[in-house]
Amino acid sequence: MAKKEIKARLRVYPRPEVLDPQGKAIGEALGRLGFGQVSQVRAGKSFEITLEGVAPDKAQELLKQMADRLLANTVVEEYAVEVLEEDAP
Amino acid sequence: MRCGVVIFPGSNCDHDVYHVLKHVLDRDTVFLWHGAADLRGSHLVILPGGFSYGDYLRPGAMAAFSPIMAEVKRHAEAGGLVLGICNGFQILLEAGLLPGALRQNQGLRFECRDVHLRLERNDLPFLTGYEAGQVLSMPIAHAGGSYVDTEEALDKLEAAGQVVFRYVSPEGDLDPDSPEHNPNGSARGIAGITNAEGNVLGMMPHPERSAEEILGSTDGLPIFAAAARLAAEEVMR
Repeated sequence: MAKKEIKARLRVYPRPEVLDPQGKAIGEALGRLGFGQVSQVRAGKSFEITLEGVAPDKAQELLKQMADRLLANTVVEEYAVEVLEEDAP
Repeated sequence: MRCGVVIFPGSNCDHDVYHVLKHVLDRDTVFLWHGAADLRGSHLVILPGGFSYGDYLRPGAMAAFSPIMAEVKRHAEAGGLVLGICNGFQILLEAGLLPGALRQNQGLRFECRDVHLRLERNDLPFLTGYEAGQVLSMPIAHAGGSYVDTEEALDKLEAAGQVVFRYVSPEGDLDPDSPEHNPNGSARGIAGITNAEGNVLGMMPHPERSAEEILGSTDGLPIFAAAARLAAEEVMR
């Protein structure tokens, strides 16, 4: 029997109180291109992670541990975990 | 007394640091490979600058979990001397050996130039070769050197005397809003900090690039000289 897979997405963004120079520059570039509607851009990272052999109710907690230990620097970044789908076996 | 210079994949200031310790200061110096959990009897450990692991994820984030870092942590916790320069500073922060974080430079550019630093104290192992308040000239070369933390944490860091170097004007005045005098937009002009015990020092500027007359400045040499002297004295005891 194939192992059950769980797909998840982890998004990491600079904390709102931390200046995001990259997001600011991108926002200004969009403005120069005529997208005057843009009032703010925050640039972050997105990780798509596939888990194997994990009980669905444990996935969220496991991903939070990954974020805290490696994928986000919580001094300056915040993150959101999203469990996308569980594959049928 | 032995000095150890750690090589991570992507380190590029390792030989410069080795040269200063081995040839300028005539100290027993070895290279330490990141993948081996062994300090080879080093008393002074240096994490050099560069782009460890290609700066993947965040500068220093991957290197912080290298096998050698567990030994570096043990060494630091036992009171051993550890110096992190540039990427080495980023690694010390990611490894939790120093507080706070470094973000992308506020000007979004890689800044490579000489800067002025004010020494905030000289009563720490790495700093006994300087006078307090001395203004030093050293080069920086980094894209992610903007020091940040919460206002509360910054207050605490300052109150504990853990801020060691600040970016200043040539006259030694703090001017954090000036891109000229605070090249990366660091909070409160912070360029280098120490842990509460004073045995771990992290700094963005490159003292190894200002350690010989031919390089235009010897302002960085006293850091290596003082640390090596102290480590040698401790070995003798």
